[in-house]
Amino acid sequence: MASNANLVHGAHAHDEHEHHDSGPSTVLGFWIYLMTDCILFASAFAAYAVLFGNVNGGVSGKDIFELKYVLVETFALLFSSITYGFAMISAHKGNKSAVLGWLAVTFLFGATFIGMELNEFHHLIAEGHGPQTSAFLSSFFALVGLHGLHVTAGLVWMAVMMTEVVKTGLTSRSLTRLNCLSLFWHFLDIVWICVFTVVYLKGAM
Amino acid sequence: MSNAHSHDHAADHGSVKSYGIGFLLSVILTVIPFWMVMSGKFSSHDTLIGIVGFAVVQILVHLKYFLHLNFSEEGRLNSLTFLFTALIIVMIIGLSVWIIFSADALMMR
Repeated sequence: MASNANLVHGAHAHDEHEHHDSGPSTVLGFWIYLMTDCILFASAFAAYAVLFGNVNGGVSGKDIFELKYVLVETFALLFSSITYGFAMISAHKGNKSAVLGWLAVTFLFGATFIGMELNEFHHLIAEGHGPQTSAFLSSFFALVGLHGLHVTAGLVWMAVMMTEVVKTGLTSRSLTRLNCLSLFWHFLDIVWICVFTVVYLKGAM
Repeated sequence: MSNAHSHDHAADHGSVKSYGIGFLLSVILTVIPFWMVMSGKFSSHDTLIGIVGFAVVQILVHLKYFLHLNFSEEGRLNSLTFLFTALIIVMIIGLSVWIIFSADALMMR
């Protein structure tokens, strides 16, 4: 009897422990994935740094970058960062409709950024400055496109999270997932700081 | 009691105020380097140092106010992972770029 009770108690304690622990360790695991992603981006930056001077007689950064346009893109991402922050604050307060509202606003800013980036790529390719033109443009499209793909993945994830919050509410599971997406989203903003500094500002100097 | 609890939460996940501070600093640290390049008032050497400096400071601002990296007991592991990654990036990427540029210079094209 006593051992049985112990067993039950032990199992319960274990359960409780797991329940308590899984959130933080999931977030830490996701953070470690982001750090490996960091190394991937750093490699793309290294390739760009090595190749950006090889324009093959074509255009260089100075000819094609429009800083005003990039500044607007940057602000779209910055605004999306703070609105995601507000979504997280609402999530920790348990305010479901505010979470959905802020996520929708964040989604719109992120979509604006992606739309502007696609428009820029389209213009470059239409003017004959596609990625096959020179090593500079190949590395430019690879690096900026890699960031754009990440943001697109973030947007898809955000749409999925909005559906989950609508269907299941703010459970501890969805809070953990929102936390991971928060890290992902703010991490992409940091990568964009490096992109606009190394690619656009340095290129337009 | 409830105040202390919400304060704890604010420290972990950020508050409207901390996100606001982070956002304002980011706006300032974004606009200045863009202005430095767009106005063309500075030599290219000064501009380069300026934009890299502002980028580094802005990354630190984002890490503190948006990603909430800190050295508290719960946050320490994340911060140490980040520092380790930064070390790896310096060793793999930074040194590779150095080697490639040196090799390029030695080709004497």
